[in-house]
Amino acid sequence: MIEQTPWTILMLCIAATSVWRIFGVVIANRIDANGALFQWFSCVAYAMLAGLITRILVFPVGSLAQTELTDRAVAMTVGFVVFFALKRNVFVATVTAFLVFLTLAWLRHSGRL
Amino acid sequence: MMTMTKSPAPPSTSASPLSDGAAFLSGVGTAFAMPFWMVVGAMIGFGSLVHAAGFGLDLGIGSTLGIWGLPGQVAMVELFVLGAPLLAIIATSSMANLRFMPMVVVMTPLFAGDPRARRWRFVMAQIMSINIWSVTMSRCPEMPLKERFPFYLGVSAVCLLGGVIGTALGFVLAGNMPLYVTLSLVFLNPAYFVFVFSSVRARNSVIAVILGAITGPAIHLLSPDWGVPITGILAGSAAFIADRHWQPRQ
Repeated sequence: MIEQTPWTILMLCIAATSVWRIFGVVIANRIDANGALFQWFSCVAYAMLAGLITRILVFPVGSLAQTELTDRAVAMTVGFVVFFALKRNVFVATVTAFLVFLTLAWLRHSGRL
Repeated sequence: MMTMTKSPAPPSTSASPLSDGAAFLSGVGTAFAMPFWMVVGAMIGFGSLVHAAGFGLDLGIGSTLGIWGLPGQVAMVELFVLGAPLLAIIATSSMANLRFMPMVVVMTPLFAGDPRARRWRFVMAQIMSINIWSVTMSRCPEMPLKERFPFYLGVSAVCLLGGVIGTALGFVLAGNMPLYVTLSLVFLNPAYFVFVFSSVRARNSVIAVILGAITGPAIHLLSPDWGVPITGILAGSAAFIADRHWQPRQ
C-alpha cells in the first residue's frame, strides 16, 4: 500500500485530474469540429459547468455552506437585475452581487440581521 | 433567435494580425481586467482552507498549480482531513474535475491549424481552467488564428499567477481576516460564472446552460458524487436534441 503522505496524495490527485485533460486532447483529435458529436460535447460541457455552478450556489459543500441561502439568493437576484438592466454587463453584475453578499454577511456578523 | 449553432474553428481574416508579443500582452491585459481577480478571490478561500486543514503553503500552491481546478482541490483537502481512504480521495477529486475533458474537446479546434498549438496541446490542456476556458471561448473565435495561441498563453500565465497569489494570501490571512470577508470572496467566483454563462450566445449553449442550471442542484441531491457528470450528459444531450430538432432544415 502507498504511504498516505499529503504529497503522495497530491501527486496522485494531479495525475487523476490530468487524465481528463489528456482524454480531452485525444478525443478532440479524433472528432470533426463541425460534426454533430462535437456539438454534443459542447452542450455537455456547458450543461456540466452550469450545473456545477448552480449546485455550488444552491447546495454548497465547502466553506460556503456556512453562509445563508437567502443571502446568496438575494445577492444573485440583485446581480441579475443589474446584469439585464445594463445589457449583460458581467463585470458590474458580479461586483454588485459580491457587494450585496458582503453587506448581508457583514450585517449578520455584526448581529444587525 | 435565428442564429445557427456556431462552428468554432473558422479563423477570421483580419487585415494585419498582432505580433506574438502583442497578442500575448493582449491576453495578459484581458486576464487582468477580470479573470485574474476572480482567481485570486477564489484561491483566497482555498488558501485559508489549506491553513485550517494544517497543511503547508507549499502543498497548497502545489495543489493550485497541479490540479488547477477548485472543486477537485477542495475535495482533496477536505477528504484528507476527514481521513478518507486514499482511493476515495483520488476518485472524488478526479470526478470533481471531469468537466475538463469536454472543455478541452470544445476548446482545441479553436487552435486547429497552428502548429505551435498542436505541439503544445497537452500543456495547453494542463493549464486550462474554467476562467481561461471562458475567456478563450468568448474572445478567440473573433481573433485571427495566429493570435490565439499567444493570447491563450498570456491569459493562462496571469491566471496561474493569480492562483499562486490567492492561495498564498488566503493562507497568510487565514485567521486574520474576518470570516464574512473570506466567505464573500469564496462567493465571488461562482457568482461571476453565473453571469459569464448567462452571456453565452450560441443557441445550443444557451439551452445547455439553462437545462444544466435547472437540473444541476436536483441531480446533486440524487447523487452527490456523480451529480456533475450526470447533469452534463443528461442536460447536455437534451439541449443537443432540442437544438437539432428546432433547427430548420435546408
